[in-house]
Amino acid sequence: MNIQIRKFYYGDIPEETGGNSTSIKTTQESGWPLWEIFIRSKQGLDHKHAGSLHAADAQMAIENARDVYTRRQEGVSIWVVESKYIHATNPDDAEMFYEPAADKVYRHPTFYDLPDEVKHM
Amino acid sequence: MSPIINQTLQLADTCLILGQRNSEWCAHGPILEQDIAITNITLDLIGQARHFYQYAAELISKSENKTITEDALAYLRTERAFKNWLICELPNEDWAHTVLRQFFFSSFQLLLFEELEKNSDSQLSAIATKSIKEIKYHIKWSSEWVIRLGDGTEESNNRINKALQILWPYTGEFFMPADYEIISVGPLQEKWLLSIKEIFDEAGLTMPENIFMQSGGKSGIHTEHLGFILSELQYLQRAYPGAEW
Amino acid sequence: MSIHELEKIFQDKIDKEIKIEPKDWMPEAYRKTNIRQISQHAHSEIVGMLPEGNWISRAPSLKRKAILIAKVQDEAGHGLYLYSAAETLGSSREQMIDDLHSGKAKYSSIFNYPTLTWADMGAVGWLVDGAAILNQVMLCRTSYGPYARAMVRICKEESFHQRQGFESLLVLSKGTKEQRDMCQDAINRWWWPSLMMFGPKDSESTNSDQSIKWKIKRKTNDELRQQFVDMIAEQVKLLGMTLPDPHLKWNESRKHYDFGEINWEEFWNVVKGNGPCNKQRLEARIKAHEEGAWVREAALAYSSKKQSRSNAKVA
Ligand SMILES: [Fe+2]
Ligand SMILES: [Fe+2]
Ligand SMILES: [Fe+2]
Repeated sequence: MNIQIRKFYYGDIPEETGGNSTSIKTTQESGWPLWEIFIRSKQGLDHKHAGSLHAADAQMAIENARDVYTRRQEGVSIWVVESKYIHATNPDDAEMFYEPAADKVYRHPTFYDLPDEVKHM
Repeated sequence: MSPIINQTLQLADTCLILGQRNSEWCAHGPILEQDIAITNITLDLIGQARHFYQYAAELISKSENKTITEDALAYLRTERAFKNWLICELPNEDWAHTVLRQFFFSSFQLLLFEELEKNSDSQLSAIATKSIKEIKYHIKWSSEWVIRLGDGTEESNNRINKALQILWPYTGEFFMPADYEIISVGPLQEKWLLSIKEIFDEAGLTMPENIFMQSGGKSGIHTEHLGFILSELQYLQRAYPGAEW
Repeated sequence: MSIHELEKIFQDKIDKEIKIEPKDWMPEAYRKTNIRQISQHAHSEIVGMLPEGNWISRAPSLKRKAILIAKVQDEAGHGLYLYSAAETLGSSREQMIDDLHSGKAKYSSIFNYPTLTWADMGAVGWLVDGAAILNQVMLCRTSYGPYARAMVRICKEESFHQRQGFESLLVLSKGTKEQRDMCQDAINRWWWPSLMMFGPKDSESTNSDQSIKWKIKRKTNDELRQQFVDMIAEQVKLLGMTLPDPHLKWNESRKHYDFGEINWEEFWNVVKGNGPCNKQRLEARIKAHEEGAWVREAALAYSSKKQSRSNAKVA
């Protein structure tokens, strides 16, 4: 057997290695848009990003989120937003955005030394 | 068997057979999100079927003084004993057929279960209460799909109209009473038609008129499809009698 | 910044266990490797629905039917989470699905074996999901953030899969003679293919360890396989069944089980498309996708009609 053996992981099989090719029509269709899903896991908590999914419209996105992301009672409220409307900071700006906060230690309660006798503060 | 047992079995069989049909979509749906959605409905239906079978088993065990299980009722009764509504056993044609059947089915199921909820039998009433929450979601999901397909593309409109031709003759059975039924179904028809019409108007679909209605399921006279469903469904219990799984 | 510097910053992050997020700079090869691995993992979940979906209509009790449906449905969810993770790297789901259907992208070969009896449902849950879980637990710490998060969600759901499989075999193992035979037969057929799920031996891999360096993968094939053998060799005793390997033996000095040689020829044959069900699996996926095309189109058409109607109302 003259096969070049390569490392192959679960869900990571090199493309060059064999395979059966069935002829198929490749789809020209434009798929359903992508939505980001935010779920409130219980009353009193924030909505938290759960993941994303595809849906034809907002109503369907909410229902799909219900079916996909709350099958085990993970939520009591759902927000959806089409992924293209998410705006985010650029990782290149991380230094100027987030590092200036690093030396403002006086914003944190632990900055202040108080005598032990002071309770409840 | 008492009317209440027969009624319970009818509801159990009905939920099971539609659950069995819908489960054929699992791993074969038109898109992952909807594969998951229809499968949630399937799981609800099988859950409802189990509640009814368990209750029927309890009643039968009591009246016949032997132990009957939910599985004995689902797996060891034959075609003529099954009481499911005919519409459940029709083969899945396509997505349009599935969503329209679900819409007809769930819209009737809601009206029926609202009556069942008022019944003096506390068990049946409790099952109805629990199921109604699920059914309301099934109606929402399926009616939205009916609208989408009716008002979508030419092809989807054609397909849902074709499904309508196939399914409509099986909706009359909902309202034809069987001699054992403890709920009077006839009076529910008007309300059902209204709820269908509301969605059909939005979907651009027309309700067929003067169509001959098929019936028989409730009293065990089925289409030819049921035998095949049962032979698959019951195969292991039949091949290994008495085994536990 | 030069590519070289960017690469250094990138590798520093990885070394410090800082996750890579979608908008971060990453080497093209890292992006590609992740897309390939995540999408193939997704395909494995989706194709993996078929061998088990196969038995839904015949499940022997209502309880087992509900469990099996829920399990197969979970796998659809797993595929969905993973496709979404891959989409953050700029690959669309349509593209990935097309690659699966054309045979360009692969999925785990295990799903090209047939499920012949009910006991296979138990064996698949116990052995196949069991093997997958070892990979997946490791992947919860993979370096690419969206992949790691998808894996965390998946692992939470996955533990029920293995447990229900084992429990279902446990019932068979205490059942009639026919059920016990069915149970042993399923274990015999699924054991070796499950071992193959971990891939070729480390010693025979010519690929560099880039995936380990990038912390996409954190354990080698052989490490994971050994972990699996050690685990299953003990569990099988509780079933009163055996594993079909005469060389399986506890090695006191290694503190591990020794086991026999895998049939690598069979392994490569299945990877290359000659497994018992390669063709059927792919055809089933293609059929579902093609028959779903009009449904997906209709939903889009309706949503744009609705949109333009509400725009018209506003105007
Ligand atoms: Fe899996
Ligand atoms: Fe999975
Ligand atoms: Fe699984």
